[in-house]
Amino acid sequence: MTQKILAAHAGLQEVRAGQLIECRIDLALGNDITAPLAINEFERMGAEKVFDRDRIALVPDHFVPNKDIASAAQAKQMRNFAHKHCITHYFELGRMGIEHALLPEQGLVAPGDLIIGADSHTCTYGALGAFSTGVGSTDLAAAMATGKAWFKVPPAIRFELTGKPGPYVSGKDIILHIIGMIGVDGARYASMEFTGEGIAELTMEDRLCMANMAIEAGAKNGIFPADTLATQYALERAHRPGTAYAADEDAEYLETHVIDLAKVPPTVSFPHLPDNTRTIREAEALRITIDQAVIGSCTNGRIEDMRAAAAILKGRKVHENVRLIVIPATQKIWQQCVHEGLMDIFVDAGAAVSTPPCGPCLGGHMGILAEGERAVATTNRNFVGRMGHTKSEVYLASPVVAAASAVAGIICGPEYLSKEGAAK
Amino acid sequence: MKLTGKAHVYGDHVDTDVIIPARYLNTADPVELAKHCMVDIDGDFVSRAQEGDFIVAGRNFGCGSSREHAPVAIKASGISCVVAESFARIFFRNAINTSLPVIECPDAVRDARAGHGMEADLKAGVLKNLTLGKTYTIEPLPPFIQELIEAGGLVNYTRAHLENN
Repeated sequence: MTQKILAAHAGLQEVRAGQLIECRIDLALGNDITAPLAINEFERMGAEKVFDRDRIALVPDHFVPNKDIASAAQAKQMRNFAHKHCITHYFELGRMGIEHALLPEQGLVAPGDLIIGADSHTCTYGALGAFSTGVGSTDLAAAMATGKAWFKVPPAIRFELTGKPGPYVSGKDIILHIIGMIGVDGARYASMEFTGEGIAELTMEDRLCMANMAIEAGAKNGIFPADTLATQYALERAHRPGTAYAADEDAEYLETHVIDLAKVPPTVSFPHLPDNTRTIREAEALRITIDQAVIGSCTNGRIEDMRAAAAILKGRKVHENVRLIVIPATQKIWQQCVHEGLMDIFVDAGAAVSTPPCGPCLGGHMGILAEGERAVATTNRNFVGRMGHTKSEVYLASPVVAAASAVAGIICGPEYLSKEGAAK
Repeated sequence: MKLTGKAHVYGDHVDTDVIIPARYLNTADPVELAKHCMVDIDGDFVSRAQEGDFIVAGRNFGCGSSREHAPVAIKASGISCVVAESFARIFFRNAINTSLPVIECPDAVRDARAGHGMEADLKAGVLKNLTLGKTYTIEPLPPFIQELIEAGGLVNYTRAHLENN
């Protein structure tokens, strides 16, 4: 699938793994951390205008609302650039969201598109059958100037999904399980291609979450075939069906992994790498106390994630030793939470609900951990110091596990709460 | 041009969050970024690093975030070259785009210890551990990538492209 999209954008009949090609891009993305560096480079290139003001998306989402004077200056630099070049898709605070939740929602992605973003989680859009990958600021600068980028064509690794996920198993559990299986460099440089009948059992939120974390296995991109669900999703938002590419019967793969979704357990990644996975039962047995729970991010801040967390929190209270931070990923999702009554559930439970920044996920602001503190988070990385002090710890999990853990005060799944309730 | 310096040695999966933590990403100034380079994995790096030194690391160096601030901070710290068993792809790409020399050489990584003298001649495709007196052959980069590096990175390459059009 990936190779076909790359070939189509390079004006070639076909490409092979390892080939270096130049492609035209459909969309280039930057945020308040990476765009300022890109803007400096854009100017150093001597570029005077952008290649297409409709094909650039600039989203202030990492350090907004501005956390300090320096980050305010960065947001201002991006805003000024957006205004100067009349960038159509500049999303101001209050009209924005976390970039990888926002772009599909706002209809900027359709199947078959080629998208680069100066953010590693740009691979998210593979859920819609697009090729999308993270690049650096200089790549973004060149793309904004020329509308082109160079790529090394990746080989593919196939993940054939079969069966149906069990209760409380989401896309997050599946992708953590896969990363645990192949390692944080298990798909380095390769394309992770998801195939098989199991895909039909996954919601768009599941798929967005899984493609989002392809980078955590070192992949260049993660991609799903654009089936009816994905095409419908794009049609409703982007108002175009895009181009659906399917893998050839005789497509070449470096490896094929068959994954029976029915056998994937709720999964937690322990510090300090995403591939350090345990099952929820193993985690519960260790009775790991937590100080903070975070439900949000480009990985798990979508409406389905909010609903799943609210279903667990309804009628329950956050544990007295825990701070629960809920971050709906876009303004639209935030408002949906209000309309659906989820906001009341979060506030009644004792959670803080935030406007949508990436914030605590990268240790930016809005939920930094002190020395010795421990968090369970629906985010995507648990590296040393990722959410704060180098002696703090992050455990990655699904929204239901994060919500249940916030209530219990230890890392656990929703079933643990029911058992505990029955025992009382 | 020969690159020469002492080795600073690290393990596998050195991520961009430890190379330059997000709390310092409220600036794009290389000099400011260099003040915090490697701080979460090696607090003394900044005071130890000297012009020309090498970073030598294990597998998947530069994994995680796409922040170009990582190779920028490394370069501004005086590091002339990063040798690793393997690189994460975005870091590798960013290093090339910002003309920070990167070399994949598992044999050299296996032999190197902190403080060893290293020398690289990218044109000749030779890497040396001067302390051990060992020489390693470097896989040549594809011609297009060499062209990018010789142009001084993607900025100069794109500038030339824009001027020609």
